[in-house]
Amino acid sequence: MPVKKSIAGLGHRVVDAVWRIGYAARFFALTLLYSGVSFRRFRLTVKELYFTGVMSLIIILVAGAFVGMVLGLQGYETLKRYGSESALGTLVALSLVRELGPVLSAMLFAARAGSAMTAEIGLMKATEQLSAMELMAVNPIGRVVAPRFWAGVISMPLLSAMFSAMGVYGGYFVGVVVIGVDEGSFWSQMQSAVDFHHDVMNGVIKSFVFGVAVTIIAVFEGYDAPPTAEGVSGATTRTVVQSSLVILMLDFILTAFMFRGD
Amino acid sequence: MERTTLDLWVGAFVVAGMGALVLLAFKVGNLSTYNVSDTYQLQAYFTNIGGLKPTASVRSAGVLVGRVKDISLDTERYEAKVTMTIDKRYQFDQDTYAKVLTSGLLGEQYIGLSVGGDSEMLKPGDTIKHTQSAVILEDLIGKVINMIAEGSSKPQDANSKN
Repeated sequence: MPVKKSIAGLGHRVVDAVWRIGYAARFFALTLLYSGVSFRRFRLTVKELYFTGVMSLIIILVAGAFVGMVLGLQGYETLKRYGSESALGTLVALSLVRELGPVLSAMLFAARAGSAMTAEIGLMKATEQLSAMELMAVNPIGRVVAPRFWAGVISMPLLSAMFSAMGVYGGYFVGVVVIGVDEGSFWSQMQSAVDFHHDVMNGVIKSFVFGVAVTIIAVFEGYDAPPTAEGVSGATTRTVVQSSLVILMLDFILTAFMFRGD
Repeated sequence: MERTTLDLWVGAFVVAGMGALVLLAFKVGNLSTYNVSDTYQLQAYFTNIGGLKPTASVRSAGVLVGRVKDISLDTERYEAKVTMTIDKRYQFDQDTYAKVLTSGLLGEQYIGLSVGGDSEMLKPGDTIKHTQSAVILEDLIGKVINMIAEGSSKPQDANSKN
């Protein structure tokens, strides 16, 4: 019976997905539980901060500057029609601080650092380094997974702030230096429209949440990868795809809660 | 990689990130206009506040002297009660006039304080007695339309009498 078979297939997939979500949640709880090592031996986390944070700097800064410059150009073209070019600073700053900074830097972070984390942990598993650790009574979650997780969580808000700052200066460069929007109104309108608590801090909260989501997906996919070359490559792809989707969905939910009604 | 170089890079990274955050707070955001210096509170009742919102600015002669802290409806008088925090450096007398104004034709709304001639100063927690509500554009248009209607009807009356 083909109908029965396809229904059973659907059920199998649903059960599989729910099981995987449960497994990931259990893994997340274990990561938090064994996080003590990554703070007691902070050196482990610092090393991972170098690989996730410092190595992502260039892509974040360059991308931020270009996104800001594009915002400056497009914003000017649109605002010019309504004779309100002086609101360019507001447009650039608000869109960067609220949305583009956290979201785009989290996506770049997932592609740059998340995929590397997954591949590294997946290969460690495939070459049985994780089992070797267990044999030596070293907890691989505490020793390998938790420092990477915390490094990601710490570096994400910092990277996002740098992205936004670069973007604002990119918009400034195009808007004020190249096009010639008035410098005073560019900054003063921006300052009167961007609220520190409502806009800047909410952006930081967003990027923190994205940091948790991206890194936990990355380390989980690596830890859960089938121990083959094919398995690791599949896990790396899944990390980038899943974290991008999760970032966009979380962004919608957070925005709905943070900026509704005003 | 050598331990000190690694530490140096991570340290620089964290400092740069914090620096970006501070930049966003002060250069992009309005944290620099939040006055941490001493403030006192004043109240004012308005029959209509229009689109005034909390954190809107309070200005006197165009100078920022404080911010709107809270807006609520007083159910005894059915008027909007606006609480403002004012910088301690600026004192206003009892005759002060509070108006809800708009910056530009369609800009954001703020409270303008213009000083009267009383020698007594307002004390913290006092209520400003003289207020003027926001100009509601719809009401204004309604009045103009009425005036035009009256204006056009009068000559007709005059004609019918003749």
